[in-house]
Amino acid sequence: MPVLQYREAIRQALAEELTRDPNVVVLGEEVAQFHGAYKVTEGLLAKFGPKRIVDTPISEAGFIGMGVGASMLGIRPVIELMFWSFYSVAFDQILNNAANVRYMSGGQIHCPIVIRGPANGGTNVGATHSHTPENVLANHPGIKVVVPATPYDAKGLLKSAIRDNDPVMYLENTMLYGDKGEVPEEEYLVPLGKADIKREGKDLTIVSYGRAMVQSLAAANVLQQEHNLSVEVVDLRSIRPLDMDTVLASVRKTHRVLVVEEQKPFCGVGAQLAYMIQSEAFDELDAPIARLSTVDAPSIYSPPVEEEQLPNPQRIIKAAIAAMAS
Amino acid sequence: MSKKSTATPDELGSSLHGKASHAEAAVNSSLSKDQKIGLYRLMVRIRRFEERSLRAYQAKKIGGFLHLYIGQEAVAVGCCSLMGKDDHVITAYRDHGHAIAVGMELNPLMAELYGKATGCSKGKGGSMHFFDPSRNYWGGHGIVGGQVPLGTGLAYALKYKGLKGACMTFMGDGAVNQGAVHEAYNLAALWDLPVVFVIENNGYSMGTSQARSSAGDLARRADAYHMDWGVCDGHDLYEVRANMVRYLDRAREKCKPSVVEIRTYRYRGHSVADPDNTYRAKGEVEEYRRTKDPIQVFQDLLLAEKVLDAAQVEKIDAEARAEADLSAEFAEASPYPSIDDVQKDVYWEADNPGERTSGGRLFFN
Ligand SMILES: Cc1ncc(C[n+]2csc(CCOP(=O)(O)OP(=O)(O)O)c2C)c(N)n1
Ligand SMILES: [Mg+2]
Repeated sequence: MPVLQYREAIRQALAEELTRDPNVVVLGEEVAQFHGAYKVTEGLLAKFGPKRIVDTPISEAGFIGMGVGASMLGIRPVIELMFWSFYSVAFDQILNNAANVRYMSGGQIHCPIVIRGPANGGTNVGATHSHTPENVLANHPGIKVVVPATPYDAKGLLKSAIRDNDPVMYLENTMLYGDKGEVPEEEYLVPLGKADIKREGKDLTIVSYGRAMVQSLAAANVLQQEHNLSVEVVDLRSIRPLDMDTVLASVRKTHRVLVVEEQKPFCGVGAQLAYMIQSEAFDELDAPIARLSTVDAPSIYSPPVEEEQLPNPQRIIKAAIAAMAS
Repeated sequence: MSKKSTATPDELGSSLHGKASHAEAAVNSSLSKDQKIGLYRLMVRIRRFEERSLRAYQAKKIGGFLHLYIGQEAVAVGCCSLMGKDDHVITAYRDHGHAIAVGMELNPLMAELYGKATGCSKGKGGSMHFFDPSRNYWGGHGIVGGQVPLGTGLAYALKYKGLKGACMTFMGDGAVNQGAVHEAYNLAALWDLPVVFVIENNGYSMGTSQARSSAGDLARRADAYHMDWGVCDGHDLYEVRANMVRYLDRAREKCKPSVVEIRTYRYRGHSVADPDNTYRAKGEVEEYRRTKDPIQVFQDLLLAEKVLDAAQVEKIDAEARAEADLSAEFAEASPYPSIDDVQKDVYWEADNPGERTSGGRLFFN
């Protein structure tokens, strides 16, 4: 099977969907001539031309709102945010317009738009550039949110997102762009709302997604080798819709849960998960649900300290051992 | 009224065309008698609908805000009467006039105000959020200026698909100070999108006059983006049409955006909740009513043209009142949405379970 980088997998998904559907348009800052700030869209301009691959001015509220409006008339814009952090200047367009217009029109309208780009810390770019808004986005009914962690999932989820008739927020991670993984030659889709067991285990369930999931896998290997702990890692992949069945099945198997998220804790995805797990599988739990989040402060610049602020394998190992002891 | 950077607003307002010539503009002189009466009737229907909705509001049948369009009818009717098959409309929360002007029936509109399941948005949108995509009417938007990028996107879609249409994107005089409006202006001009931005300048944003909220002339800001722009009066329906047709044609034929400021006036408070006694003189409202009422102005024109006679005026008015009353009866008799309806129309996928491809939970209680 071919091995691709995460960014190449995203690019393949874009290219395939651009080829399949003439209404798909890629818009964003530096996506065309510059090949994308993170080179995700490299080569697409040459292949698809300037009508399909469109450089925008630095005008997130303008071009995202424009994309939402165009989607109401059947265009399927895939809009790149150079960083998801910049969504705040387009908040109204995403979370009032895209999220609500179907509802307020009594179901007469739908917005098949995808907004994609990186949403992560770990690159020492400070608080303004390190937001992880999946919880904020998922708080809005009408919006779907996915966070792929591997090249395989990145490609399959993006293709599904582009075909989806609801607005899908697709959160990538700059730290994963160079990660490699197997991606089949033949076409495939990864449906939204399907979690994936990335590692089987029997002592503890780690529920995670995005880069925190990748780190959880690394931690699980150490826990196996050095602590003789068998950890199951559930990769949510999709935050909304949310595959609770897979999470609950794993809880019934291990009876212990650690949620690991690259999120600030207050009202984070982990808070919602913990509530749902205790509510629906209380009798299955042998211990309180444990949670590891980003240390609750704006994202620090200082490179070695930022690493400690975020989830990392060492912090996950510590949290897992504590969860087993409680 | 093309770009004239040195012109003062007054010069622009009383521009090139004298009053009489508006009726003679081809777009108006070509109207049949019936078409003229139809336009007059639309304005009367808007007026009577809103007056009836005000009574329902006062009787506590309607919740939330009610922003009345009374006094501005010639703007929506004039503009929307120029729509062809591929022309589209989007506006802000003062949206009843545009909804009726594009042809929506009164029953679903009144029912929407009453929060009933038979409303145009099934009781989910309310006064500020009327929609009818089947009539190219895309709302009804509650955030000041928020609809302006959407209208630009509708225009983008028209151009992308190679359709010869334009999107009229309405906003108030207060909206022009929103950043999103300027972002939309820039994109429309940069990419030659077929959008006509229509500023309905009624002189006030809530209780703040134009002078207290906007530096410079409103439409002239288009100049900075090298967009065509113009200013006209919105009290005379003929004048609205005579001006708008040029900008619409330019959008359709040449894919050129423009900004048109239409001077109008609202007779009622900002919303029904506004006591309207703090920021403008009663005499000002009276003066407008007396001399510039769009329905009266057009009625006088049509009487002079002998298109209408007094008996017809009476009849049209009586019919509009009766229709508005019937719409209130319809709304009253209609059921409210059920609590189960609350979670419908949120996701396309949830509403189309047979075509759902995703798994997992979409709702969390
Ligand atoms: C972003 C935003 N800020 C404030 C408001 C509250 N608000 C509603 S209407 C309005 C005045 C807008 O005036 P204008 O654009 O002139 O439109 P008009 O009411 O005159 O039709 C204000 C401040 C809002 N709805 N949205
Ligand atoms: Mg105003």
